[in-house]
Amino acid sequence: MLKQVLAITQLGLRSIPDRLGPSLVIVVGLAGVVAVFTALLAMAAGFRSTLESAGRADVALVLRGGSQAELNSGLTREQATIIKQAPGVAAGADGQPLASAEVMVIAELMKTGEQSGSNITVRGVEPAGFELRPKLRIVEGRRFKPGLKELIVGRGVTQQFQGAGLGKTLRMRGSDWTVVGVFKSGDANESELWADAEVAQSAFNRQGFSSVRLQLADPKGLQAVKDALTADPRVNVDVESEQSYFSGQTKNFRQTIGALAGVVTFIMALGATFAALNTMYAAVGTRSREIATLRAIGFGGFPVVLSIMIESLVLALVGGALGAALAYILFNNMAVSTLGSNFTQVVFQFAVTPGLVVDGLIIAVAIGMLGGFFPALRAARQPVTTALRAA
Amino acid sequence: MTRTGFVLANLGRRKTRTVLTLLSIVMAFLLFGLLQAVNVLFSAGADFVGATRLVTQARVSFTQSLPLRLLPQIESVPGVDKVMWSQWFGGVWQENTQLIIQATDPMRLHAVYPELVMPDAQWKAFAETRTGMIAGRLLANQYGWKIGQKVPIGSNIFPQKDGSKAWIFDLVGIYDGKDEEWQRGTGGGWINFGYFDEANQFGAGRAGVYIIRLANPDRATEVAATIDRMFENSPDETKTQAEKDFNLGFFKQIGDIGLIVRWILFAVFFTLLLVVGNTIAQSVRERIPELAILKTLGFSDRSVLGFVLAEAAALCIIGGLLGLAVATPLGVGITKATGGNLPVAVDGRVWLTGAVAIVLLSFAVGLLPALRAARLTIVDALAGR
Repeated sequence: MLKQVLAITQLGLRSIPDRLGPSLVIVVGLAGVVAVFTALLAMAAGFRSTLESAGRADVALVLRGGSQAELNSGLTREQATIIKQAPGVAAGADGQPLASAEVMVIAELMKTGEQSGSNITVRGVEPAGFELRPKLRIVEGRRFKPGLKELIVGRGVTQQFQGAGLGKTLRMRGSDWTVVGVFKSGDANESELWADAEVAQSAFNRQGFSSVRLQLADPKGLQAVKDALTADPRVNVDVESEQSYFSGQTKNFRQTIGALAGVVTFIMALGATFAALNTMYAAVGTRSREIATLRAIGFGGFPVVLSIMIESLVLALVGGALGAALAYILFNNMAVSTLGSNFTQVVFQFAVTPGLVVDGLIIAVAIGMLGGFFPALRAARQPVTTALRAA
Repeated sequence: MTRTGFVLANLGRRKTRTVLTLLSIVMAFLLFGLLQAVNVLFSAGADFVGATRLVTQARVSFTQSLPLRLLPQIESVPGVDKVMWSQWFGGVWQENTQLIIQATDPMRLHAVYPELVMPDAQWKAFAETRTGMIAGRLLANQYGWKIGQKVPIGSNIFPQKDGSKAWIFDLVGIYDGKDEEWQRGTGGGWINFGYFDEANQFGAGRAGVYIIRLANPDRATEVAATIDRMFENSPDETKTQAEKDFNLGFFKQIGDIGLIVRWILFAVFFTLLLVVGNTIAQSVRERIPELAILKTLGFSDRSVLGFVLAEAAALCIIGGLLGLAVATPLGVGITKATGGNLPVAVDGRVWLTGAVAIVLLSFAVGLLPALRAARLTIVDALAGR
């Protein structure tokens, strides 16, 4: 039995070069499906990992109640001070709470090669802001000096936008800001411009802050801080771990891309299935005499079915692997940017993950099976005598 | 038998193959129709707003508001007909659904946007009801709002004086768009700026953006430049652009949708080329002796070439039109399912590009096999060489 399957499969696979054109249809068809599927979801995966790695579990983000995003939030100076003094906040080297009240505003920069402006986050941070983001390192230049209109710029921004490199001057609200440093963090922070909080407040005419970040003394102490601030009548705030805040921000994007990938892959997969069926019917057709001969000398129907399905599967897998490889070569680590929840650009890289490649190959296998099944049935069912007599 | 009949009969010879190939083409054009519609939406979707309006925003970003005291200065610029302002309310329906709600002066909105159609009585009610709100037809239908009811809407930005972000408005009007395209844009709503500005905790007297209706659209560039020059070097520097460009700016920010669509379509059509090309090549290969007989009977090389090309074209045309025909109602379905937020319209423009794609595809897949058929020499073909 197994021998029969092997024998017929070998015959089939060896004759593929004679049927190169039709066989290529399956390979290329599936390469297309898997490449599109993998690339689209690699975009979602990249966006997610960029945002999620920016959030820490032991840092609490405090926003005005019901704000949903930093952009919409606003806290007065007094409120910010109250929030920083909440119980459960770690103390810094100076004995003060390790917390950064930050002001977030939006500026427009031009994407490289484009005419219309894109929104960029300008974040005014207090000195503790650096301590709260230990991954952030200055790779060129230096930090801004307090009190001066100086900016440091994320690496993602310098890659995707014009005029934000080291030494450049940006004009915002009637005054000039100098870029004095470039920083790297490997996460969503890289999509921002940073300045001194006080300077940003006065330049953008903001009395208060957008958010307060708190370093928790106990990594599991979020609930205590939350309870304390919720109970305090002087403030009305939402307290969340930075991690869950960022993770929540990826939901919309992931859903949108997921829906797009679903619809596109489904339609393409249907098309590819029809193409695979076509090819396998043709393959069975050209080999009908050969198959009939095998049946006449005693090969069973089942080995015929199985071997034809194996052939279809092999072609599909080759196609799928090719597609995944193409997606990897063309798109992996390609940097792009899109609008995040703060209505500003988030720069991220496509991430072709092993999981995505496996999913893509599963789709390929499914289509290969479907494409081989019906032709295989036809081949096994055809009456031996008619097939032998035919042309 | 007519020539058309001959071509069709040849397609019917291998029914399975023809049907499967057709289905592949249908799927490809279905996807083409939908994606192209999305592409049109994101690249030129704002065409119909025309060039009669300008939008003035803070130069640093439109999220930075501008003081209302700029109003008389903007109104005094020659060429400016009517001016309104709007402030983004950050509307939230129930738990987490964001709504497009803006605050504005009712009669100014009416003057600047004649495309929004509503009975005069409702405009009047909007102007006179402090807590009044009007909703677009799409939005009202989505949540079943009726005129006269109270609509509770939260804001993710503005608390009221008492700190509460739960606002309640009286729905006094429901507006339509003047045509189908404007109707698609009725997914939002407007509230009365006077009430909003008084009742909210901060930011009194600030406009998000100014929208300017021009007396003469030809002077758009000049008016825009004049306005921006007026506020140069002040803390409230402005950026004034055509409404169309302002709208397009939003879509562009989402990312290069066009690029993604082009990549997907490239993958789809590359595959399709191979699928259909292979079918045609195969059917020519099988029929070499027949083609030779046709030539023996006196059909010229050129007519044989025509037969094969026509066969390829027939496949592409039938499949392509079917695909676009399926995409059209599907687009309407998607528009409905997303409550008008993703208006995928497989319209005339999409059909036109589809037609071009069909023609190109026909030639791309048919030309090589057709040339092969045309170049056959009768003797060799009949002898099976």
